[in-house]
Amino acid sequence: MTDKAASGLVQGTLDMLILKTLELEPMHGYGIGQRIEQISNGVFQVNPGSLFPAFRRLERAGLMKGEWRDTENNRRAKYYALTAAGRKQLRGEARQWTRQAAAIARILESET
Amino acid sequence: MPFFRNLLDGARAILRKKHVEREMDEELRAYLDDAAREHMRRGMNPEEARRAARMGMGSVESVKESVRAAGWETRLETLWRDLHFGARMLRLNPLFAAAAILSLALGIGANTAIFQLINALRLRRIPVSNPQEIARIAIENRHNASGNFSSRYPDLTYALWEQIRAKQQGFSSVLAWSPSTFNISPGGEVRNVQGLWVSGEFFETLGVQPSLGRLLTPDDDRRGCGASPAVISYSFWRRAFGQSPSVLGQTVTVGRRPFSIVGVAPAGFYGIEVGRDFDIAAPLCSEEMVDGENNQIKNRSGWWLSVLGRLKPGWTVEQATAQLHAISGGAFEAALPPEYNSSTARSFLGFKLKAFPAECGLSDLREGYQAPLWLLLALAGIVLLISAANLANLLLARATTRQKEMGVRMAVGAGRGRLIRQLLAESLLLALIGAGLGGLLAQGLSSALVASLTTTDNPLFVDLRMDWRVLGFTTALALLTSVLFGLAPAFRATNVTPGVALRESNRGSTGGRSRFALRRILVVTQIALSLTLLVGALLFARSLNNLARLDAWFRQDGILIADIDFTPLHLAAENRRAFSTELLKRVREIPGIDAAAAAAVVPLSGDSIGHDILPDTGDGGDSAPTVVFNIVSPGYFDTLQTPLLAGRDFNDRDTPGSPNVAIVNRSFAKQFGNGGNMVGKTFRVRVMNKITTYEVIGLVQNTKYIELREDSRPIVYTAKSQHDRPGTDALLLIRSRTNLASLMTAVKEAAGAANPDMDISFSTLRKTIDDGLVGDRLMAALSGFFGCLAVVLAVIGLYGVISYTGAQRRNEIAIRMAMGAGRGNILRLVLQEAAVLLAAGLVIGTGLALAGGNAAAAMLFGLKPWDIWTFLMAHSGLGVVAVAASLLPAIRASLLDPMTALRDE
Repeated sequence: MTDKAASGLVQGTLDMLILKTLELEPMHGYGIGQRIEQISNGVFQVNPGSLFPAFRRLERAGLMKGEWRDTENNRRAKYYALTAAGRKQLRGEARQWTRQAAAIARILESET
Repeated sequence: MPFFRNLLDGARAILRKKHVEREMDEELRAYLDDAAREHMRRGMNPEEARRAARMGMGSVESVKESVRAAGWETRLETLWRDLHFGARMLRLNPLFAAAAILSLALGIGANTAIFQLINALRLRRIPVSNPQEIARIAIENRHNASGNFSSRYPDLTYALWEQIRAKQQGFSSVLAWSPSTFNISPGGEVRNVQGLWVSGEFFETLGVQPSLGRLLTPDDDRRGCGASPAVISYSFWRRAFGQSPSVLGQTVTVGRRPFSIVGVAPAGFYGIEVGRDFDIAAPLCSEEMVDGENNQIKNRSGWWLSVLGRLKPGWTVEQATAQLHAISGGAFEAALPPEYNSSTARSFLGFKLKAFPAECGLSDLREGYQAPLWLLLALAGIVLLISAANLANLLLARATTRQKEMGVRMAVGAGRGRLIRQLLAESLLLALIGAGLGGLLAQGLSSALVASLTTTDNPLFVDLRMDWRVLGFTTALALLTSVLFGLAPAFRATNVTPGVALRESNRGSTGGRSRFALRRILVVTQIALSLTLLVGALLFARSLNNLARLDAWFRQDGILIADIDFTPLHLAAENRRAFSTELLKRVREIPGIDAAAAAAVVPLSGDSIGHDILPDTGDGGDSAPTVVFNIVSPGYFDTLQTPLLAGRDFNDRDTPGSPNVAIVNRSFAKQFGNGGNMVGKTFRVRVMNKITTYEVIGLVQNTKYIELREDSRPIVYTAKSQHDRPGTDALLLIRSRTNLASLMTAVKEAAGAANPDMDISFSTLRKTIDDGLVGDRLMAALSGFFGCLAVVLAVIGLYGVISYTGAQRRNEIAIRMAMGAGRGNILRLVLQEAAVLLAAGLVIGTGLALAGGNAAAAMLFGLKPWDIWTFLMAHSGLGVVAVAASLLPAIRASLLDPMTALRDE
């Protein structure tokens, strides 16, 4: 259990990761959390206490919208999908993030 | 877009709260199900899987709470919940809530009422279009101007108005106006309404639209106009005509001349004079006809007009002033009154016109009542402070008892900030309810204030509508007081360690000395402030008493004033003296009348006549002293019972043919006769460019002339029988012990017997004098009210603190008693505590009162703001009440049964 990684997640970063997860297809709450965990190989464990407030925040900001749908096992769940604004926001943030990460990596390398 | 979406979603969350909450529940349940299914897939049994999923999520409530916190609506909801909770707490303590709300309502109400007056008189603009463009045109530093000054704003003469209208360039249009009283009675007893003489440009320049018919135009105002059209005010239309549209074309008489009503001014338009309303506005040109031979239009030295203008676009007041300066020379030259002597002419030709900003209109009330109103606002503010201190004290006492409750709530996870916010919401609620009630109270209070300043001859009208300034003032006051009295107790109540608070009993180490210091400081402050107010109240009361008991050296009670206007008889000048003598003779014959006399000026009415006294040779230059005159009939001094100290009264042998005679008072003799008996001496008087020599035939006691406050000024009395320009009215002073109503009827009959076609109005000398003291009476009454309120509040505070001490020191007292202390010792112990607080408060209060006294100095009469007797009275009064208030809790403490008290512990 690497809880410190999850708690170390900056708020803005979590928002970006959620948006990224939704890039391919709409997903429901548990699925989003699972996906982030899987793709990060368990580095990021997202607990519901930060996930759901982030949903409310992103929904309010108009970056994604929620919709009640039936799941594959015939239950109702709230699926979130990216809006056009969300897609644009994601592109911008991803670009900025990559640039920053590369810069930080260079700095760290030069120190060794 | 996102902003509106956010707003919309937030609103939805509030309005469809149940729905949104249900959705959230469902979403979280789905999450848990998914998580449990995942755990089962990894091999847990269903029971274990559900538990693991729950543990992974943590507290469902806290997840929901943080989701809710992501929206703005939550903060609103929290505030609402806090207010709701506060309301419940207040309902649980109805007595506390009622006392708090009542004292806040009184404090805030008094402040708002006085602020409303200040706002209406001082801050609000006049009800015309673009008031910021309006400027007043008057003479810069006018001094040594002479002539006849009438109306409340005697800025200019008619000749000067004509010059300004023709020559000014800075204004797109200019107007002249003059307030006056119009007698609208067709005959008999006078019925006065508030009138305005207005130039034709008046309404046009102000940009005012009629609510019915039309307003006056320049065509209505042509020199020599006879019976003219008139415009009435909206309030007069409602009062006198029941808002009937058929008022147009009806006739109203002004000074027995018919005026036809052509229009009604808009509602809320009271003119440009703040503090007064008008009933009828008539063209300036009609003044010549209505006022007959006393008209001011033809009087070159008649100062009676006020002139205003609307600045041209792009012109400033300074530029307009520069242009007015440029035309001043020519204008004053052309308007020079021919009757001026060389000295007055010199000053007149040196005058310069100037433009003054006038967006807030004109107001003599503003000048007169500004200082008293600010002072009253300060006094009311202190009362509010004292009541806030009382509330803080009550809340502090409650804070101690609520520490246990706070401890419990903190133990279950409430943050301190959250609890403070909740406690503040409680005070805010109190303050808001108090402000609401106070605002209502203020409406009644401010109109009552205006009503108490209004007299029959001087009706005031103050537009007291609520506006954003008043609303803002009251709200700010409520917020400020709620923080003032709520913050410290809230911090105090939440300053607990949950464990300690829960363990400890109600009484014990929690109520330490330092904890208690704040309450003692509050009580000392209250006593100090209430002493200040009490001193103020006593100063004003004693000042009013000094004025009322002042020996003005004339009789003030039982004097009827009858003003009989015989203008309608159109008597030739040479017949008037005989007619008015005849009137006086008939009045004197009425049974029950002790004495009667005629005079030109009723003392203390505010009217005056002034002339220059010249040295025995030469013309006195510009420095000839001006003294006041009265023109009286024989018997004047006897009627008013003013002692004749030497010489004789006027008599029937003083005629136009005999040498001019005068009676002077002691001040005159002192200034112009070196204090000696002036009887038999002569002095010279200059009236305009005519010099007359008078022989002194009598010396009388000094009397007050214009107002009670003045020092005894030199007065000259001349004989009415020698007056060279007898007027067309007789002002009679009648002393009688019969009742007023029957006396008035008798005087009316006596005058009617001489000629029925005259206008009569009545008043009494007592009323005239009282009307001059309305301001002083108001100050005394209001400061007295504030002072009493302050003392009551402070004493309640002291009582509370002393009772609390008694309860707190129960153990100590019980032990002392067990050790052998007598009841007397205990009584002394508790009273000592009260005495220390009282003494500290009195010392600080004395300092405050001395410092604040200067603000009141100018309004006091016959005593200084540091008057020792006033201070002694205030100290002993407050001291006695305070000791009495602490006696009760002290006695209660001394009656303690030591055994019971110690067993309780």
